[in-house]
Amino acid sequence: MSLRRLLSSVALAAMTFGFLLPSLATAKDIELLNVSYDPTRELYKEFNAAFSQYWQARTGDTVTIQQSHGGAGKQARAVIDGLEADVVTLALAYDIDAIAEKADLLPADWQKRLPDNSAPYTSTIVFLVRKGNPKGVKDWNDLARPGISVITPNPKTSGGARWNYLAAWGYVLKKELGDLARVHDPKAAAEVAKANAKARQFVTALFKNVPVLDSGARGSTTTFVQRGIGDVFISWENEAYLAIKELGPGKFEIITPSISILAEPPVAVVDKVVDKHGTRSVAEAYLRFLYTKQGQELVAKHYYRPRHPEVAKRYRGQFVDVALFTIDDVFGGWKKAQQTHFADGGLFDQIYQPK
Amino acid sequence: MSHWKFKQRSVLPGFGLALGYTLLYLSLIVLIPLSALFFKTATMTWGRIWDTVSDPRVVASYRLTFGASLAAAATNAAFGFVVAWTLVRHHFPGKRLVDAVVDLPFALPTAVSGIALTALYAENGWIGRWLEPLGIQAAFSPLGVAIALTFIGLPFVVRTLQPALEDLDVEVEEAAASLGASRFETFRRIILPTVFPALLTGFALAFARALGEYGSVVFIAGNMPMKTEITPLLIIVKLEQYDYAGATAIAVVTLIASFAILLAINLIQWWSGYRYRIGG
Amino acid sequence: MAAGATLQQHTPWNASREGHGIRAEIPWIKWTFVSVTLGYLGLFLAVPLAAVFTEALRKGIGAYLESFQDPAALAAIRLTLLVAAIAVPANLVFGLAAAWAIAKFNFLGKNLLTTLIDLPFAVSPVISGLIYVLLFGQQGWLGPWLSSHDVNVIFAVPGIVLATIFVTFPFVARELIPLMQEQGNEEEEAALVLGAGAWQTFWRVTLPNVKWALLYGVILCNARAMGEFGAVSVVSGHIRGKTNTMPLHVEILYNEYNFVAAFAVASLLAILAMVTLVAKTFVEWKSRQSVELLEPTTAEEV
Repeated sequence: MSLRRLLSSVALAAMTFGFLLPSLATAKDIELLNVSYDPTRELYKEFNAAFSQYWQARTGDTVTIQQSHGGAGKQARAVIDGLEADVVTLALAYDIDAIAEKADLLPADWQKRLPDNSAPYTSTIVFLVRKGNPKGVKDWNDLARPGISVITPNPKTSGGARWNYLAAWGYVLKKELGDLARVHDPKAAAEVAKANAKARQFVTALFKNVPVLDSGARGSTTTFVQRGIGDVFISWENEAYLAIKELGPGKFEIITPSISILAEPPVAVVDKVVDKHGTRSVAEAYLRFLYTKQGQELVAKHYYRPRHPEVAKRYRGQFVDVALFTIDDVFGGWKKAQQTHFADGGLFDQIYQPK
Repeated sequence: MSHWKFKQRSVLPGFGLALGYTLLYLSLIVLIPLSALFFKTATMTWGRIWDTVSDPRVVASYRLTFGASLAAAATNAAFGFVVAWTLVRHHFPGKRLVDAVVDLPFALPTAVSGIALTALYAENGWIGRWLEPLGIQAAFSPLGVAIALTFIGLPFVVRTLQPALEDLDVEVEEAAASLGASRFETFRRIILPTVFPALLTGFALAFARALGEYGSVVFIAGNMPMKTEITPLLIIVKLEQYDYAGATAIAVVTLIASFAILLAINLIQWWSGYRYRIGG
Repeated sequence: MAAGATLQQHTPWNASREGHGIRAEIPWIKWTFVSVTLGYLGLFLAVPLAAVFTEALRKGIGAYLESFQDPAALAAIRLTLLVAAIAVPANLVFGLAAAWAIAKFNFLGKNLLTTLIDLPFAVSPVISGLIYVLLFGQQGWLGPWLSSHDVNVIFAVPGIVLATIFVTFPFVARELIPLMQEQGNEEEEAALVLGAGAWQTFWRVTLPNVKWALLYGVILCNARAMGEFGAVSVVSGHIRGKTNTMPLHVEILYNEYNFVAAFAVASLLAILAMVTLVAKTFVEWKSRQSVELLEPTTAEEV
């Protein structure tokens, strides 16, 4: 570079700064930290850009949203231990409950603050099989058949895997009881107990077919897709679509079972952090933007099921209609499900206990 | 009897400063933070601690972790000896390069090592596809755990043995040979006893490092309860349930075991060095 | 470990040792040793390394280089270099102090002290991170005080530095202690008797004697500092472009199914390691040269 060109570029840079500085004085630079779980990377990458634009158009302020992704439990722990997240967008209400309970960073009734249980998008559990479905997998009962190899992450370390497990459990209850509402009917107690025993047998048989328990959902995807292990991969619907798109268009098929679980990944503003940072209004707007038509479009684009009726209608072709039940309906909420099934010595651990 | 005193007399200066700084830094970086483990564990009752660390699944993980670490360290001791011997005593083309790559497992992030090893040893991998017809399942089995642990511990044995082998007095070997000792006898009675402390140190360091390894193992292990779960994974499982005390309790058990092993090794080393100095 | 690898400078690599003396090398024994070595290292080192580069170059050199254009990748590289630049000198100073105390003096509890210095090798990386969370975390001992004074330790650069110092703690000390023990105290004692001051003795006598071991320790320490994943993962908070080191960035890219970029960044770490390894070879070569130069004067000491 010649000296003259160097000088002229320095001058240009100086002028640019000169023009920029006055405008910086009026518009604010805001930073938000969104602590999220693994499968939302692609969604929030696009959503953050859209929100920044929206916010700048509305207020003139520039918002930069920092993203942190990881296993949902690990992320919740980081927030509890002091990672200053303005908003959390995690896999389970249980994880945000833990933040409320252990660190008191937001009120215990956080879930009531936003519509739809604070879950602006939903998903469900489906099966990913190899092209042509060579093992003829159609529904949950096929997964417990001898000779089928099933891939799912470890429910002890992966939030997503807990949904898989509970969806399978719910399938049996529905089959045995006919109507899932009867789970809470005191008169049907004996029947429910019998159905639960059946479900336990079924889930045990299913997990006997699992050759590898990866510690996280994306690890399982790699095992199934890259390593070629397993006939069926139990997965979040959005992850299954993404895996097909990213890793093997035309190599896999999605099978939607007869009944599945309604996964409601919740979002929340972390009160103590936004009050400290002075970012409450923008953080709240950020989460509310998820519920707008534009936000819901992005949600649907990344294969999450939108809540917005209009958007849902438009994407009807993408999501197979399937009977869905919620954790609260069948298992009495996450806290109880966690205690009974996934705590140390719980029903999941008993599957692997030596007799 | 001067050695009954805390410190033997020496004309060299700086003992106070050097030891003081060492202890301060050691305390700030290692001892005080590690003590947090013990304090956290102490928030549980003895009964709960015992239940946590003696749970069948946790015990199964000790068995795998210690077993695979032992196998990996033993493999590294045997092959590391050959590698170190070759690098010291023999010349062949490309030796410099071979000598240089030995340290690679230190530099590669453990997760990358894990992913690369899993890709290689899975059924459809470069190496796994040759093992599969033989009925050997390398990835997602205890063997896979041992492979990953061998990888990450490889430099220890080679690098402790190399200087010891270089230090060997060739003349003693020659004297032994001239007195009619066979190659094997020379090896067993002259070489092995001399380099044994170094071999032991390398073995111990590789073993200790293997006990704690997590990043590379989770990818290749398959993480099946009772079968291929390593102890550090169970620590993570405890943390996932927000059970910090349970996690630290298991960590304390492995920490104490590692400390005992390392201390024993250092004592053996000191003792052999002492004997050498007396003898010499 | 590389503990006393630098003893080479005392017993210089004797190229003419092979086949020297009464017992000539039997070729088949030599080639058995060489092939076992190459086979073992090939299986455990060369093949994994080849796998990393194959994945990184799967889509050609263009895609490979593009991986380093990403600002998040650049931020990760910068952070990793910064962390190593703090952690390595810190452990270097400590290593010198510890080696001076342990190798040059006899005192009670020396073995215990040496073992405590070794201890970080045996601590699971997850725990190495967790202990700092227990100490500095919001629920920990110092967390509330720190946050009320607006000091961030964990989920920020200081925490990452601390965890890195912890996992690389023993390298330099481990490298120096055996060598300094072997060298004994005579030279320093002589310098002192001749009227040199304490610092002068250290700078002029001790340091030159151990400088290659020191460099060797620094190189290994540096390699490990840049490559550490587990401990750093616990204290980082994974904020993209801010608290992600290279190994953490690799994990993120891998989880985004961006395999080429993931392995490209990983290969850069391998290359950085190789650069340090080449530097190490250079250091050893230099040390051999300097020993040869010094040989006549120090011969009687050996």
